[in-house]
Amino acid sequence: MDRYLYRKRRVLNLLSLTLAMLATLFGLFWLAWLLWTLVSQGLQYINWDLFAVATPPPGESGGLSNAIVGSLILTALGVAIGAPLGVLAGTYLSEFGRGTRFAAVTRFVSDVLLSAPSIILGVFVYEMVVLRAGHFSAYAGGLALALIVLPVVVRTTEDMLRLVPDRMREAAAALGAPRWKVVVSIVYRAARSGILTGILLAVARVSGETAPLLFTALNNQFASTRLDQPIANLPVVIFQFAMSPYDDWQHLAWAGALLITTAILLLNIIVRVFLPSAERRH
Amino acid sequence: MVEPIIRLDAPDRGPPQAVASPAPDTPTASAKVEIRGLDFHYGKSQALFDINLAIPERQVTAFIGPSGCGKSTLLRCLNRIYALYPGHRASGEVILDGHNILAKGVDLNLLRARVGMVFQAPTPFPMSIRDNIAYGVRLYERLSRAKMDRRVSWALKQAALWDEVKDKLHQSGTALSGGQQQRLCIARAIAIKPEILLLDEPASALDPISTLKIEELIDELKRDYTIVIVTHNMQQAARVSDYTAFMYLGKLIEFGATRILFTNPAEKQTEDYITGRYG
Amino acid sequence: MSEPGLAPVSSASVGRSRPWFDALFAGASWAAAAAVLVVIGAILVALVQGSLPAIEKFGAGFFVGQQWNPVTEAFGARIPIYGTLVTSALAMLVAVPVSFGIALFITELCPRWLRRPIGVAVELLAAIPSIIYGMWGLFVLAPLFADHAQPWLSEHLGGLPIVGALFSGPPLGIGLFTASLILAIMVIPFITAIMRDVFEVTPKVLKESAYGLGATTWEVAWQVVLPYTKVGVIGGIMLGLGRALGETMAVTFVIGNAHELSTSLFSPGNTISSTLANEFTEAVSPVYTSSLIALGLTLFLISFVVLAAARLLLLRLQAGEGRSA
Repeated sequence: MDRYLYRKRRVLNLLSLTLAMLATLFGLFWLAWLLWTLVSQGLQYINWDLFAVATPPPGESGGLSNAIVGSLILTALGVAIGAPLGVLAGTYLSEFGRGTRFAAVTRFVSDVLLSAPSIILGVFVYEMVVLRAGHFSAYAGGLALALIVLPVVVRTTEDMLRLVPDRMREAAAALGAPRWKVVVSIVYRAARSGILTGILLAVARVSGETAPLLFTALNNQFASTRLDQPIANLPVVIFQFAMSPYDDWQHLAWAGALLITTAILLLNIIVRVFLPSAERRH
Repeated sequence: MVEPIIRLDAPDRGPPQAVASPAPDTPTASAKVEIRGLDFHYGKSQALFDINLAIPERQVTAFIGPSGCGKSTLLRCLNRIYALYPGHRASGEVILDGHNILAKGVDLNLLRARVGMVFQAPTPFPMSIRDNIAYGVRLYERLSRAKMDRRVSWALKQAALWDEVKDKLHQSGTALSGGQQQRLCIARAIAIKPEILLLDEPASALDPISTLKIEELIDELKRDYTIVIVTHNMQQAARVSDYTAFMYLGKLIEFGATRILFTNPAEKQTEDYITGRYG
Repeated sequence: MSEPGLAPVSSASVGRSRPWFDALFAGASWAAAAAVLVVIGAILVALVQGSLPAIEKFGAGFFVGQQWNPVTEAFGARIPIYGTLVTSALAMLVAVPVSFGIALFITELCPRWLRRPIGVAVELLAAIPSIIYGMWGLFVLAPLFADHAQPWLSEHLGGLPIVGALFSGPPLGIGLFTASLILAIMVIPFITAIMRDVFEVTPKVLKESAYGLGATTWEVAWQVVLPYTKVGVIGGIMLGLGRALGETMAVTFVIGNAHELSTSLFSPGNTISSTLANEFTEAVSPVYTSSLIALGLTLFLISFVVLAAARLLLLRLQAGEGRSA
């Protein structure tokens, strides 16, 4: 046995594995630093005013209440439009279209839409809705978010429905249940925690999205909940405030950032802890 | 007034037919289902070739044969469950009470109200035991709570499961043991009062004790239902059935009274299979 | 509907649904699936339509033109495209080896009990929104770079012949370099997740055969697992690239928003998405807006091609393993 070769291999092995460990530490390091920054910069500014008072004009102190409410409304709109469509489309891919060319193409396109730059979706909705209406609106923002929710829900719904074994469908059909009933009363029921997971993950995803809202929902200094007008929302407010030179605004930006991140991380943890049977895909 | 399609008490179907000493091939009990010239295709490949068979009423008929002989395929033609899958098609005639169920325009859901099926792996629905049984019934009848309770207990008693679950009807069906789950599936199928019960290797996933319970159950059920059972276990077929059909590579080789087929088969192929020359 | 002769059953009552309901349900689900296709088509059409005025005015030269002047209404896409490509390429340069290292660590080295927490941590990295990365980059990372990292790099590498030009220029902290690093950190979790998944489904027998011959862990990973999973790995990398190309908010915070082209990585610049984010609402003239939309169309096409190729590769991988796509 060539001693030199053997030693060389062992050194290389040790080196690479050390590098692998360092790579992991590298990744974890950034995560820790990021979270630490958020907490150290933002925690001090979390107070009741944040939730009770609306965004202030520059130079004054205030809160983020209108932005929080606006974000909730936009997210609700996005999910209300995107999730039902997504579940139905996922149902088609799993129950009616299995093996068809159409389903394969749809699945492929949906996956591409999943990773497409969200700012382009904003541009699209701007052209289709904002330009035609002549003004920005919460509807437009909700629609842009719906375009992000849709492919996520399609994917997870199809995956979850496919996990339900065929013999369950056969057992229901053998009793004489019509096709739609088999799907709705048996398959959906068996897959419900997985489908819910998909929707929650989509919610987590759109909660932090800024780019699609920049030119659709825009922003609003006031506490407006009108759907046909621009509406305040956390991400755009954070963007505006963070880039500004005003201290008060910057403090609010950090607080808002901490708020969003906490909400998203909580959602992710809830999904993983309470609905672990759902297998996540990209 | 809407005519009830399912009566609350078990319908009186008359005393069981007396079986005189049967001729080697023809059952003397009247035929419930007549199969004539049945072919079956999975896409391009053919799985059943010109099957001709008469299934006797209120007897247990077993389909036996080596793996891939088409016995499950044949069973699934009787309730047209294959229709769920594109590319699967059957041609020929399957006559149930004088009407060809393979014809166009037959309502499959109503067919399956008369021909029930239990599958190889126990498949309880993700709901309570009571809801499992009630599921099928609700497809066809609107029963009051009390009536439904009675139907549920009746079905569970018929399936010899009542004593074991009567206190936990609201527990999930999946919380039962394998043998209990399978009896639950049988109860679920019986609850809608079909005339025919198709059993596709119902005990193959179960332990010997549960298997015995199911076999005893089949013996009782045949008083009221026509039963067709697919099994890869020859001894089970011999124990449980009154008539047996032996199949090989998609063709029906021999059909006759179980006693005769197993002791004095007419075809050499049958004899070879039964004596274990090939499996 | 009651079929003649098939037993005295009455379907008129009781929860029996009519057969057209089945068709309705199937049809509705089909329509929803079709809606997905319609959306992508509509996006493409809308982008093309919106870009037409700019393309008509500038022709194909739009894509290489360097000027960007809202006043004189002269626009060219070279700088944003350059910024997009450079930041993404640099990000991948950093992210790919790191992701490989993390995936290797998780699948081969890590003690069992640590696997889940690290996996979760990686996924959390992916879940943090882009704007948070942007803020952190601008307020924490950039000053650090400006004060420490960049002067050091300029000093030690700025003098070198070819490479030196990359590291010259004033240490602003923001710029292509910082943006690339942040992009790398954002993209790492996606690539890691896919790599880890494909590494995990490598058949045990394959690895055991190699170990059985006395191969080291590293050799098994590099010479056996990686070649076996290369299609999935490439797919994962391209998926990461697709994300990096389209990333907006993080980049917008730290790229400096300057329409200037310089060889130095420390200089501020622009990407397509940051240009859109910064200028879209301020674009007053039709040509301005149209130029921006043309930029968007470019980005959409580039990322569509990359993502489509990535998905196709991953599909082929799954089909090869016998899993349903």
